[in-house]
Amino acid sequence: MQDFVQHLINGISLGSIYALIALGYTMVYGILKMINFAHSDVYMVGAFGAFYVARAFGIEANPGIGSLAILLISSMLVCSILGLLIERLAYRPLRNAPKLNILITAIGVSLFLEYGGQALFGANPRVFPEVMKDFVIFSFGNVELKSFDITVLVVSVLAMLGLQYLIYKTKLGKAMRAVSANASVASLLGVNPDKIIAFTFIVGSALAGVGSVLVGMKYPKIDPLMGMMIGMKAFVAAVLGGIGNVRGAVLGALIMGLSEEMVVAYLSSTYRDALAFGILIAILIFKPAGLLGKYSVEKV
Amino acid sequence: MIRAFKNPLLSLLGVLAVGAIFQFAFDEYIQLMVLFITVNCLMAMSLNLVNGYTGQFSLGHAGFMAIGAYFTAYASTHWNFLPAELQGVSFFIFAIGSGLAAALAGFLVGLPSLRLKGDYLAIVTLGFGEIIRVSLLNMDVLGGPRGFANIPGFSNFYMSYSFAVLWILICFFTIWRVMKSSWGRGFLSVREDEIAAESTGVNTTGMKVRAFVLSSFFAGVAGALFAHFTNFINPSSFTFLQSVNAVIMVVLGGMGSMTGSIIAAIFVTSLPEALRPLQEWTGVDLRMVIYSLSLILVMILRPKGIMGELEITDLWRKYVRRSARS
Repeated sequence: MQDFVQHLINGISLGSIYALIALGYTMVYGILKMINFAHSDVYMVGAFGAFYVARAFGIEANPGIGSLAILLISSMLVCSILGLLIERLAYRPLRNAPKLNILITAIGVSLFLEYGGQALFGANPRVFPEVMKDFVIFSFGNVELKSFDITVLVVSVLAMLGLQYLIYKTKLGKAMRAVSANASVASLLGVNPDKIIAFTFIVGSALAGVGSVLVGMKYPKIDPLMGMMIGMKAFVAAVLGGIGNVRGAVLGALIMGLSEEMVVAYLSSTYRDALAFGILIAILIFKPAGLLGKYSVEKV
Repeated sequence: MIRAFKNPLLSLLGVLAVGAIFQFAFDEYIQLMVLFITVNCLMAMSLNLVNGYTGQFSLGHAGFMAIGAYFTAYASTHWNFLPAELQGVSFFIFAIGSGLAAALAGFLVGLPSLRLKGDYLAIVTLGFGEIIRVSLLNMDVLGGPRGFANIPGFSNFYMSYSFAVLWILICFFTIWRVMKSSWGRGFLSVREDEIAAESTGVNTTGMKVRAFVLSSFFAGVAGALFAHFTNFINPSSFTFLQSVNAVIMVVLGGMGSMTGSIIAAIFVTSLPEALRPLQEWTGVDLRMVIYSLSLILVMILRPKGIMGELEITDLWRKYVRRSARS
């Protein structure tokens, strides 16, 4: 029982990281109807950005909340700039191209970031600097609640609440929802879809940046291919919750994080990566719109 | 002259003659490259059937290749029903078996997942490819993560080459003839407009599954060739990157052009070797960087790929004949 509670805590902590990345997928899909395969590599670049910032400012010498904030902000900045560049250079020229071409471009951008990253940062894993001290806040028998788990949860919940506010309470959010519903009608009503799409990429990438620092803090080993697997899982989470649906992404990510933790704990860790795809295939076959998604009928 | 290549036997003789040149004029390194090119040609042509002609995006081709490779590896080490002189024949039979095993897997994968479209299909096929790889990692009978060593191969280059060429021509002419049949028209109609095809009475899911099964058959054969040529396989030979490699060949060559796929396979396989001096100079593996960049640029600048939907014979008709007339 105590083991189970511990796994529950770990699973929620993992799930909230997945949620931050899944939100980026779901936002871009909601507005452009495309899977941004490069999203997970934006996350990787964010981790490296934070790594180099920490090194340049000597942050590893004094861990604490302040240095966490600096790293979060710098990683968000790096990611948003990269997201903006990708949108501008690779996706915007293909705005009206067939879907297959956009998909292939997205895979190309993803591979370019991964292997360009290997050329730039080196293929060997680096150790992420210690941002905060990890200590046990609360323990009950074998169950330990560590400060990292709390930090991850608090930061990601704050980021998600911020996103919620942005989408449902601000004018920009209203414009985003308008473009997502119908870009051409939105442009007739005075919304510039290009700007809104670019803004969506910025927001999604910034969330990936937050996720990258949290992962770097919890699992302090970063390498240029780190985005591949976590990106797949975050994407599965987005599909599971209903892609394009912000709340669904969070729900799906929590389910993914918990089920993965349970599979590792009670079955075998080798099946860990196959689980995500198993869930994906099951959900696409039985409920293609996801748990919270809406069915849409294709019109001719 | 170009018309002669539309005849399977004549083209077999022609390509075998090219192989004879490689047998005597080049060293083992280049000969191995040629063998890898033939494997990649087979992969690209078979994927072209799904991605190019049927318009469905599959990212799990390496999984089918893996099934074929492991089938051959197991069969040729455990079942010796023919004498050693007839090794080629038994390899041929095993290759058919590999293809059938992969085709069965393709059927099982395709039936549920081909109801999906575009991005989702890509992800699901990717997922199946990964699941096949993870299952192979966990199968101790097949070596698990250690891989499968000592797979018997052909005794010399020319034998391997002829075997590969035979399969390439079988693949090429099968797809060629299929595309001229009513099935082929069905594949194309699914690519052009699925809803319109469905409403004119084409069984779109059936068409997609047929294309998928045929494609995975040849991917399995490609895996069998790969296993014989390298004599060693392990699950990490068949990762996502291998699938992407095949996609790159199809896209660069032109989606819907068989000869385009062949040209791209030759180009994509030999490019990294040509870049080797540059890599030694910079000390970085630039291969994938260049691939991915060219993928993006091709999509933006020439979305149809090098050949578009034309075959090399069409180009011949278009340019060479015209200049001869004038």
